[in-house]
Amino acid sequence: MEKQNRRNFLKTAGLLTATISGISTKSAKAAPENILSEDRMGVLVDATVCIGCRNCEWACKKAHDLSTPDLETYNDKTVFKKMRRPNESALTVVNQYENEKDINIPYNVKVQCMHCDHPACVSACIVGAMSKHKNGSVIWDTKKCIGCRYCLVACPFQVPSFEYNTALNPAIKKCDFCFERTKEGKLPACVEICPVEAITYGNRNELIRVARERIKRYPDRYINHIYGENEVGGTSWLYLAGQDFSKFDFPKFGTMPAPGVSESIQHGIFAYFVPPASLYALLAGIMWLAKKRNEKEGGK
Amino acid sequence: MVESYLRAAPVRKKFITPGVIVLIILAINGIIFLAGRFLFGIGAVTNLNDQYPWGLWIGVDVAAGVALAAGGFTSAALVYIMHRERFHAIARPALLTAMLGYTFVAIGVVTDIGRWYYVWHPLIMWNGSSALFEVGICVMMYMTVLYIEFLPIVTERFIGKVNIRKFFSFLNKPIEKILIILDKGLGKIIFIFIILGVVLSTLHQSSLGTLMVIAGPKMHPLWQTPVLPLLFLLSAISVGFPMVIFESMIAAKSFGEKPEMEVLTPLGFSVAPLLGIYLAFKIGDMVIRGTFVYLTVINTASVMFTIEVVVGIIIPLRMFLSKKVLETPSLLFTASSLVILGVLLNRINNFIVAYTPPYSYGSYFPSFGEISVTLGFAALLILIYRIIVMNFPVISQQDKQYVITTKYTIKGQL
Repeated sequence: MEKQNRRNFLKTAGLLTATISGISTKSAKAAPENILSEDRMGVLVDATVCIGCRNCEWACKKAHDLSTPDLETYNDKTVFKKMRRPNESALTVVNQYENEKDINIPYNVKVQCMHCDHPACVSACIVGAMSKHKNGSVIWDTKKCIGCRYCLVACPFQVPSFEYNTALNPAIKKCDFCFERTKEGKLPACVEICPVEAITYGNRNELIRVARERIKRYPDRYINHIYGENEVGGTSWLYLAGQDFSKFDFPKFGTMPAPGVSESIQHGIFAYFVPPASLYALLAGIMWLAKKRNEKEGGK
Repeated sequence: MVESYLRAAPVRKKFITPGVIVLIILAINGIIFLAGRFLFGIGAVTNLNDQYPWGLWIGVDVAAGVALAAGGFTSAALVYIMHRERFHAIARPALLTAMLGYTFVAIGVVTDIGRWYYVWHPLIMWNGSSALFEVGICVMMYMTVLYIEFLPIVTERFIGKVNIRKFFSFLNKPIEKILIILDKGLGKIIFIFIILGVVLSTLHQSSLGTLMVIAGPKMHPLWQTPVLPLLFLLSAISVGFPMVIFESMIAAKSFGEKPEMEVLTPLGFSVAPLLGIYLAFKIGDMVIRGTFVYLTVINTASVMFTIEVVVGIIIPLRMFLSKKVLETPSLLFTASSLVILGVLLNRINNFIVAYTPPYSYGSYFPSFGEISVTLGFAALLILIYRIIVMNFPVISQQDKQYVITTKYTIKGQL
């Protein structure tokens, strides 16, 4: 009787281990799409050129079916009095900062999703609703999203926004790099409308080359730093500026991708389900030994 | 068998007491605000915003809820895996608390996520690199395991007592038969689920710590560390038995019985070493990363960290080392409460206090609605616990005859 039980026990434990490790290969394939193509696109924002007309804000709203007043109302400069962030009704905003060299010519800086090369939101999303695409864009998928807001927690630039006041189907809102427009060969809405060409859309590698060229040619105009070239492992949106980026409220980051060690921890714990399966086997062993010991003691 | 244990039986006491009335009021108040959240959106009831996307509901209802339900897997490991039969009396109450605890964690998740009707999405939409995905899947699986582990208590309650009257009385015999088959079958395979439950618990208790690692510099360095998953696991293990002691003593008091010190005192012995390991890793991590410098300035973070470590770990650790504390009900209760408070604070600190977004227009404090919902869920949990222990054989009764249960001697007793 005892022998029989033990054999059954081992058989079941073995079967279970096999099933679990079977699942693991599937989950490895289910990892999110994360392609870094050499041809991926980017946008170069030149903060020394931007005049703060905020036409890009208007064009962005138009392109994403968000309600907006007429373009003329965007001439209102009083909004610059306080720092604004992108939110569920504005996927991009322009902020104004003091120019240390010339107080009469302030700097204007447009902010939106940076479209990281190694996005934390894509790594974090519980259902893979965030994905990185070949053209460089990071896109949100309404069909998958469960509204947990882990992407908001993960994003180092604090970009995604959530519709807190919607009861049914609240959405995550952020710049989508005009995914639909660029697919049709059009420019992103903000790039298209910019009257002074402060924002340039193009191949990311090419844009870095252009940016370096500008810094080299006008060393007085720019600081020697392309924000986004290496920050959090590189971003699709790149910035040139005339003074240190910390003065524009840009966070200071190293070159380590934003997901950081969290992915290695996650993959380390799971490593093809070997650690959990081993733990299962270990516990089963302890259980069996403890039972044997108890029976021996009980028999005496 | 030499050992014999108290037999679990439904508690026969009055349901309504002044305490129960307070709980009912709290529950109704919570449900009112809960309705507001589902009718008008999360923003209508909470203080959450794009700067602070997670608040009280994730920090307390989910993260602390999972940690405080750790009594389930720690006592399952002790009683069924290590076969420490003397602790048999704690296994069922701990299992019930874990089952209800996880149920309310799931309800808490459904409340907090924006698209609650898609809560099943992780089952078919996988992202292996997401810590939250792992937590979600493990919690769903573990909850199922807990319900399976509870089934024998249901069959025990009804076998031989199936009595449907009048028209459907012909169903009595078949139902009885199904129950007996279920009971016998479960007895043979329940050990699979018991081990699985422990494995799943260690996985998601630690992954809950991995959750905030991705927030990187948004988290205060006192808490942000790559060993967070280990700290979460160790703290969950060390809070398991204090939670069992705490519940057992509250239940005894509520039902007007004496605390089961003959079980709780030896259970308390293992708390000090477990807490010691947790403290060693927490302090070690602090020393290695040199984060003690942040304790030299007095602000919310440093004060909360100090309270968490001193009141929640060091003081109860010292208390659990004393024999007098272990043998005195009131002191044992105090020490256990402090450990629970420490872990609760730790989860609040990790998910709320430590979180400092780069662009914030203010700080986060939970709204009245959020607090109401959290308290309401806690009250509902206690009420359901009370209903179940009054109708199912969960709590071991004193002054009853000693019975040797030999039903499933081989494959784990339930």
